[in-house]
Amino acid sequence: MNFVKPTIEYSQLWPLLVIFAVACIGVLVEAFVPRALRFRVQTVLAAAGLLVALAGTIWVATDLDVLGDGVARGSVDVEGTIVIDGPTVFFWGILLVFALGGVLLFAERQLEGGVSAFAGQAAALPGTEAEREASTRGLEHTEVYPLLMFAVGGMLLFPAANDLLTLFVALEVLSLPLYLLCGLARRRRLLSQEAALKYFMLGAFSSGFFIYGVALTYGFAGSMGFSEINEAVRNDVGNQTLLLLGLGMVSVGLLFKVGAAPFHSWTPDVYQGAPTPVTAFMAAGTKIAAFGAILRLYYVAFGSDRWSWQPMLWVIAILTMVVGAVLAVVQTDMKRMLAYSSVAHTGFLLTGVLGVQQASELSDGQVTSLQAVLFYLTTYGFAMIGAFAVVTLVRDSGGEATTFARWQGLGRRSPLIAGLFAFFLLSMAGIPLTAGFVGKWAVFTVALSAGAWPVVIAAILCSIIAVFFYVRVIVLMFFLDGDSSGGEVATVTKPSVLTSATILVGVAATLVLGIVPGPVLDLAANAGQFVR
Amino acid sequence: MYAFNEGGAIPVVDPTTADGVFTLLWLVVALPLAGAAILLIGGRRTDRWGHLLGTALPIGSFVISLVLFISLLGRGDDERQVMQHLYTWIEVGHLNVGMDLLYDQLSALFLLLITGVGSLIHIYSIGYMAHDPRRRRFFGYLNLFVAAMLVLVLSENYLGLFLGWEGVGLASYLLIGFWQHKPTAAAAAKKAFVLNRVGDMGLSLAIMMFFVLFGSTSFHVISEAAGNASEKQMTILGLLLLLGACGKSAQFPLQAWLMDAMEGPTPVSALIHAATMVTAGVYLIVRSNFVFDRAPDARTVVLVVALISLFWGAWIGCAKDDIKKSLAGSTMSQIGYMMTAAGLGVAGYPFAIFHLLTHGFFKADLFLSAGSVMHGMNDDVDMRHYGLLRKAMPVTFLTFTMGYLAIIGFPGFSGFWSKDGIIETALSQNILVGVLAALGAGVTGFYMTRMMLMTFFTDKRWEKDVHPHESPTVMTGPLVVLAALAVFGGLLILNDWIVDWLSPVTGTAPHESPPIPALAISAIVFVLVLAGAAVAWLVVGRQAVPRTAPTQVSWVTRAGREEVYGNVINDTLVVDPGRHLTAGVLATDRYVVDGALTGGPVAIGAVAGVARRAQNGFVRSYALSLLGGALIVALALLAVNLA
Repeated sequence: MNFVKPTIEYSQLWPLLVIFAVACIGVLVEAFVPRALRFRVQTVLAAAGLLVALAGTIWVATDLDVLGDGVARGSVDVEGTIVIDGPTVFFWGILLVFALGGVLLFAERQLEGGVSAFAGQAAALPGTEAEREASTRGLEHTEVYPLLMFAVGGMLLFPAANDLLTLFVALEVLSLPLYLLCGLARRRRLLSQEAALKYFMLGAFSSGFFIYGVALTYGFAGSMGFSEINEAVRNDVGNQTLLLLGLGMVSVGLLFKVGAAPFHSWTPDVYQGAPTPVTAFMAAGTKIAAFGAILRLYYVAFGSDRWSWQPMLWVIAILTMVVGAVLAVVQTDMKRMLAYSSVAHTGFLLTGVLGVQQASELSDGQVTSLQAVLFYLTTYGFAMIGAFAVVTLVRDSGGEATTFARWQGLGRRSPLIAGLFAFFLLSMAGIPLTAGFVGKWAVFTVALSAGAWPVVIAAILCSIIAVFFYVRVIVLMFFLDGDSSGGEVATVTKPSVLTSATILVGVAATLVLGIVPGPVLDLAANAGQFVR
Repeated sequence: MYAFNEGGAIPVVDPTTADGVFTLLWLVVALPLAGAAILLIGGRRTDRWGHLLGTALPIGSFVISLVLFISLLGRGDDERQVMQHLYTWIEVGHLNVGMDLLYDQLSALFLLLITGVGSLIHIYSIGYMAHDPRRRRFFGYLNLFVAAMLVLVLSENYLGLFLGWEGVGLASYLLIGFWQHKPTAAAAAKKAFVLNRVGDMGLSLAIMMFFVLFGSTSFHVISEAAGNASEKQMTILGLLLLLGACGKSAQFPLQAWLMDAMEGPTPVSALIHAATMVTAGVYLIVRSNFVFDRAPDARTVVLVVALISLFWGAWIGCAKDDIKKSLAGSTMSQIGYMMTAAGLGVAGYPFAIFHLLTHGFFKADLFLSAGSVMHGMNDDVDMRHYGLLRKAMPVTFLTFTMGYLAIIGFPGFSGFWSKDGIIETALSQNILVGVLAALGAGVTGFYMTRMMLMTFFTDKRWEKDVHPHESPTVMTGPLVVLAALAVFGGLLILNDWIVDWLSPVTGTAPHESPPIPALAISAIVFVLVLAGAAVAWLVVGRQAVPRTAPTQVSWVTRAGREEVYGNVINDTLVVDPGRHLTAGVLATDRYVVDGALTGGPVAIGAVAGVARRAQNGFVRSYALSLLGGALIVALALLAVNLA
């Protein structure tokens, strides 16, 4: 029997490996570094790892091979399981930037009076002596940093995966640390643990669908690789029913991750229960990574079978937007409102996925779907992280105050913070001169070019409903007096430079991407096509 | 009906690059924008001099606009379209959306109107808002509003126009809700914003459709290539643009926000209702003449909407006792006139713009005069508490009278020329439209005379501790200027100047004579106006006006007071279905999904006493919905593809 040594292109892969290495070193740090030093070592290590990986990503991006006709750049690596191409490095870039924002929010210790937002001792039961002791001793979990890095690693692998098995591994690598992180809130621990358990159980359930779909697809194509599946679809070999069921089940797994209706039900509970820094990171990161995977799977593996998945996606996109926008209207909790709004954004993104895929099908200079979705994800990530970072600042005696009643009149008490939050909301609503407008415009136009006008009309209707609930929050902050119900009102706690920096970068990016979106749109355009 | 349009030359927007004095164009927008930035970012440090700066900058814009206008007059007809490229907003491949400014005959007139009337309103506000602790912020918002409006009329492409469009929406939201301590103001601001978004949906769909059809959003490219599109496409585009125009210009069925918008300070009402925001819809239609000229069906819809609005607004104007709301109704009606003219096509466009300008003068005059009256009456807006104010406020009385004579179309005053122009054009195109427009003039005579009599004549019906007094000079000064404009604005039609001036933009219509001589039409319309005024005199002038509104009134009056049930219609058509949809989705989430498993709703929040809201919080029901979704996905895929 002949063994062939697999070739692994380390020169292309090393940003990914840096992240996993840092994660492993982080585990060792937990074991060997004295407790007093751990926080500092872990944060510096994580931030440095992310920066190195970011630099590496840029280096890899400039060094991609140009393929064939020049619309695609990159290569298929590691025996066909991973693709490093233009879209991949774009996803890596924005994921790493948002992960950096995540680390900054994780490391914030000024808001809770010297400790982080994570539970002092996760193993201590809520309300017991052990918990009180952990709290008085000022314990904190620095394991969150390696967990975060593992999740980031999974996210990086997710949009790069070029076969179904790697896709599944990446899915689990990114999900498991997130399940844990969701359960680690310092305050409202029961809510947090409940959220983690729900997320885990539903995640496991949906993974079941995913892996079943993988099996069925393998049954159809006889291979896990995306290009082989594409070949099989094109040549119409095998049993069509197997293909359709496989496609459907795999879609369920991915649509669950992005929070599309009817697979969205976990989103509000988990977003609300998880510690807000985790929510911020998860809202941006998971969605970006999962959309990367969805795009590659649908465009590369099932690209030739577009006519079978497109009607399904039409319906899901419309349903997601309607459910997200309508349910957001009745929310009275800021984190839940943002969660439903992120569901609506998933719908808008799916609208973009429906657009025209091939540059050859477009008239000159039109935006491709991939480009539009990449740009939208970038704008969405900045606004989401920024908005959740603001949520961490608005507090009352019981920690973060997320109910609407507490936010009443915030604009009078802290005009700056309320103004920034309003700006993020306006961007999410898609008001011109904010990033959100250009993003929405891009995805709607590509969908319209592909003839999906019913979806676009639904999308515009939903974005009007969305304006309504965003404006409601702005009215609440600026036009209503606090304390009308006689209850306590929340005030803004002054954050350290870490959170301030995150918010500032979010605002700056949202503004700049709205006024001069050109460079980032160019970057997205340069990402080109998927390498098949 | 529109035979002359087919085959006739529809003008193409083809500007030359700005040079010489025209390179100053960007300053017109930049000055008020800088004012807004300084006043809003500068904070309390600018409190002392903020209002002066905020007034000086729009005046600067006006001076530049005037200089540009004079230079434009000095140029030949074919050199009067100028474009200035500022920077490239979005550039991907061949998609190139620039921040380009287009200065032509149409935008030149708008520039003068916006900066001119805008500056007067700024000056007036110095006096009106003198005692408001947040005056500086008010001026910041006003500047922002003016800047956004200038972007709207100066942009060379639809995307830039949309930017200004949303900008005025946002600024008007801030201004209407300026007195945030009044909950009604906050509600009104929100309503204006949301209803405007419905119109924006139409406009944004139209822009995307332009982009898909022509690969560009620039007026230049689209007007050149518009001939290649089918009439059906043009009709759809026209209807979408009309939806946008209806939202911004408060035309049927999106008019409900306008009455509520009266919650804002009076200068805001003048700025929104006279000089700027509401005229944006008319501008949009005239600017998109290359679409409407090719879509006769869309023009017919414009006419229908315009005539409905004309009478709807007049009806409201007749019944309201609140002086500002009555004026708001009249605004809706007058914009109905402009839209009627725009709907008539090439022959009507110049008169739409002409009436827009004169209306800008006399309506600003009327609103600011009304503000002056309120100022003297301790901010009371109920006309039933006025009466005999001509003695107490002679200057305001005089300026209001000039505005009044202009709006009813008294011969010689500005409104006479513009309104008669519209009625004549309508009669020569379509008898029915012309007759309706003439009847509308009669109704205008009624409600304006009623307002005039109740406010300045009849008996004193003042509240006890009210001592009416004339307003300070800083307020009456602008009033006098506006009154003069309201009187002499008609000069623009001298020698058909405005028609010829606009013809390179809107196209030239072959001359068509109305069925009866123009002089006879003027006479008939004037008789109608006099009849309306006489009825008003019989109703309010001859008998005492009760201090409280009578409740035993005909359904006509009741409907008018209820704004012809605009709110009810909105509620039943939009709000209630929305509410039911929400409730339905919630109920499905909470009961159906859960109920299938447990046989009924279980106390929410049983888990560890944590309060849960909208969703029931049970993993099992979430999992069920996931399973259900997966089943549906699989079955639907199979059904669609294998059936």
